Amino acid sequence: MLTAVLLFLPLAAAVLLYFTKGAATRALALGAALLEFGLAAYAAFAYQAHGSEFFNLNYAWIPSAGLNFHIGLDGLSLLLVLLTTFLVPLILLAAFKRDYDNPAAFYALVLFMQTGLLGVFVSLDAFLFYFFWEVALIPIYFLAGAWGGERRIAITLKFFLYTVVGSLFMLAGFVYLYLQTGPAANSLAAHSADLAAFYGLKLSASEQSWLFWLIFAAFAVKMPIFPFHTWQPDTYTESPAPATMLLSGIMLKMGVYGTMRWLLPIVPLGTSQWGKLVIILAIIGIIYGAVIAIRQRDLKRLIAYSSLSHVGLMGAGVFSLTQIGLQGAVIQMLAHGVNVVGMFFVADALERRTGTRYIPDLGGLTRRTPVLSVCFLVMLLSTVALPLTGGFVGEFLLLGGVYQYNAWAGAIAGLTIIFSAVYLLRMFQRVMLGPDSTFSTTITDLTGGELLVLGPLIALVFWLGLFPNTFLQLSEPAVTSILALVGR
Amino acid sequence: MISIILLSVFGILNLFLGFLRSNKVLLPGAMLLLLAVLGANLADWSVLPAPQSYFNNMLVVDNYTVAFTGIVLLTTIVLLPFSRSYVLAGEANLAEYYALLLFSLVGAIMMVGYDHLLMLFVGIEILSVCMYVLAGSRKRDSRSNEAALKYFLMGAFATGILLFGIALLYGATGTFVLSQLAAAIAAPANVSLAPMLYIGILLMIIGIGFKVSAAPFHFWTPDVYEGTPTFFTAFMSTVVKTAGFAAFLKLLAVALPTAQGFWLPTIQAMCALTLLLGNVGAAAQTSAKRMLAYSSVSHAGYLLIGLVASQGRLTGPAANGIFFYSLAYSIATIAAFGVLKLVAEHRQRDDYAGLNGLGKTNPLLAFTMTVAMLSLAGIPLTGGFFGKFFLLAAAAEQHNIGLVVFAVVMSMVGLYYYLRPLIAMYLRPAEEDATLVPVDGIQTATLALLALLTLVLGIAPGFLSGLL
Repeated sequence: MLTAVLLFLPLAAAVLLYFTKGAATRALALGAALLEFGLAAYAAFAYQAHGSEFFNLNYAWIPSAGLNFHIGLDGLSLLLVLLTTFLVPLILLAAFKRDYDNPAAFYALVLFMQTGLLGVFVSLDAFLFYFFWEVALIPIYFLAGAWGGERRIAITLKFFLYTVVGSLFMLAGFVYLYLQTGPAANSLAAHSADLAAFYGLKLSASEQSWLFWLIFAAFAVKMPIFPFHTWQPDTYTESPAPATMLLSGIMLKMGVYGTMRWLLPIVPLGTSQWGKLVIILAIIGIIYGAVIAIRQRDLKRLIAYSSLSHVGLMGAGVFSLTQIGLQGAVIQMLAHGVNVVGMFFVADALERRTGTRYIPDLGGLTRRTPVLSVCFLVMLLSTVALPLTGGFVGEFLLLGGVYQYNAWAGAIAGLTIIFSAVYLLRMFQRVMLGPDSTFSTTITDLTGGELLVLGPLIALVFWLGLFPNTFLQLSEPAVTSILALVGR
Repeated sequence: MISIILLSVFGILNLFLGFLRSNKVLLPGAMLLLLAVLGANLADWSVLPAPQSYFNNMLVVDNYTVAFTGIVLLTTIVLLPFSRSYVLAGEANLAEYYALLLFSLVGAIMMVGYDHLLMLFVGIEILSVCMYVLAGSRKRDSRSNEAALKYFLMGAFATGILLFGIALLYGATGTFVLSQLAAAIAAPANVSLAPMLYIGILLMIIGIGFKVSAAPFHFWTPDVYEGTPTFFTAFMSTVVKTAGFAAFLKLLAVALPTAQGFWLPTIQAMCALTLLLGNVGAAAQTSAKRMLAYSSVSHAGYLLIGLVASQGRLTGPAANGIFFYSLAYSIATIAAFGVLKLVAEHRQRDDYAGLNGLGKTNPLLAFTMTVAMLSLAGIPLTGGFFGKFFLLAAAAEQHNIGLVVFAVVMSMVGLYYYLRPLIAMYLRPAEEDATLVPVDGIQTATLALLALLTLVLGIAPGFLSGLL
């Protein structure tokens, strides 16, 4: 029951928002998001006490087709639910900083999106998973499209078509798998789309070979893995900051999570056939994103390419099919979510103060903004993977996994750390330090409200960096069972 | 059966009510009458011990008939509130239009419930003749006249071809009765008559294909839909199509299962061609109304997939898929045409730019249109997704993989043109002089209901997905 409440609470709040005005809108949106985080935190304790069976819910959804409303939580999904519920209140707080047109609709879409995202993480039926996968897309399309920058129309259209086409391939793969299954227990329908039924399928190597690409198409676009990334930098740049945070902080994780739960264990032979190619593509993405990031002069665009580079490492780590590679991906999903939201928040804070994101226009800002500079630096160093930060633990484990897979791949993927130090520190130097710009004397430091966003993010950065085991022990059983299924 | 009688009586009654010339009486009156008919129709659901036959087995009332009659009636009920502008425009013959709508429903129900080929013919004729008149109901508008003439000439041809097909089929088998046709076709004595039989089947497919605007017999659709007053275009693209597909499925599944080897490739080819021409055609349009016309062609293509997977049965996944798809499609189409009609009449244009900024001026209209477009595009959360899913899964189970893949690719094309109204409504600013589009209470309620129904079909399709 808790899982269902967790899933639909944001949606209910989104509907209620329609009837509110002014301050009540903000209070309701934030209150619902905080309550949701409280519930998720409670779920984390309940999970420690009762295990994952406690969260299992299975109702007939479309009985004639054998499709069930089957949701549940294990350690892996729990961590992503925690990440989502942790970030959404902060994203809403970030949204409060700007006066968006029709704010009730804006916050409602954010909360609606939260239901879609949570649904992806808790679904245990393939069609329910696909359902939420697409549901999450609708609000983000409108958020990016209606409140975005000048070139939003063409860019969001590209984003929408790209992701839906990818998802349709996945749906086609699921339909094929569904037709291979037998009836579920106590069901009249001929087939079942339950995750367990998919795990139990005996598929030939040639079937798995093409099924791999059908299903991976959706995940590769979402992450995105090179060369399916072309929608990403434009969409991140043109979207309003909260939408960019949702896209990069949480939505990207849908792809990584989907790969771990809905791809590797279902088509293990396909994975071993194509894994090498995916790792090569992912490593190309790492280098490609980093090289382009070095050349960027738009703050948001630079962070977008940096995110592309880092997600490549996550992809490579997952496909290394090693325990530490997958565990690294889990930790890095959390760390990257925190880092990238923090980075985009700082970029937005600077843009709100100066009216520009153009790096050459900025400079010499630290004197009047000591707190902002420190916060910026912490987020940045975690992205660079400095020890003590969450980014370090994630990338270290990921690189360990890739290194186990192939030493050369590990060595090349390791360049990501060097590259990100180059472009991020250069950016910091040019934006915050360096010769004075027109804003050096006028810029103001972070307000208390902004610290309220960055404070929790920074706390989590250090928590992840100092005590990663809090999180690793949650995901360990899930990762072990995924690898057991892959190795069968 | 009771619905046919009630509709005929009410139709005549409506003609007499014409002297009132007041939509305040006629509209609620007609809606209440239709609700009563819908209730009477649904009361026949599964309560009958066996399918009831009438007129020497010419007409049969079973769950299949009740289900599709239900769609047709429901569609008409939710369409009626959008007739308002006819009163404002001073159209004197409102009562006649309502009467013609009711009479055409009689034809639609006969097409759904026929068990005899002549009944099919009579049903199609009743429906079509009414539609010819309604297409030209805006007498002083030359485009409406053009639409009526085109529709009539083409329609008359198609009906002739259909009748010719029925005659040949009768010549080859010696029977008009659906249930006897299957055995007669398979009978060894008739094998020498195969050419006649096949030509007959082909001509019938052409005739019905024309009525449901399946390619390559769809060429009339865009022009007729565009010229016809939007209110009746909505009726044509929902009721006529639903009844046409119910008739089509019945013909193929009950009368011609033994000739499947002949018609299956034909339908498959028609299906692929319809999907291609409908979707590519729609993508090229700048007028929202014309886009919807081509989109209705493309939806005929998806429904044809259901025929391909029908396996000679009026029950099972394919029949259920056609039922669910028709329902979801009809609701979404009425919503789309309803919004478009209100906006186009107020802003005097029916291209995409006419919808600019609607999200600001009329949030409800824009929301309903959004839900309708997402449903037509087949995005989850809406009924259209499950319609497509049921049909495609049924076809995939029959190993029509090529056709299913093609349909999925075509629905990707569909995404492009269904997003364009959304972009106009939410992402583009309104024109300088854009004002609130006037919507009356009952229209507001209907649009909200249509959006809600689409979402319910998209979230909890379970209660309707296994009816047949």
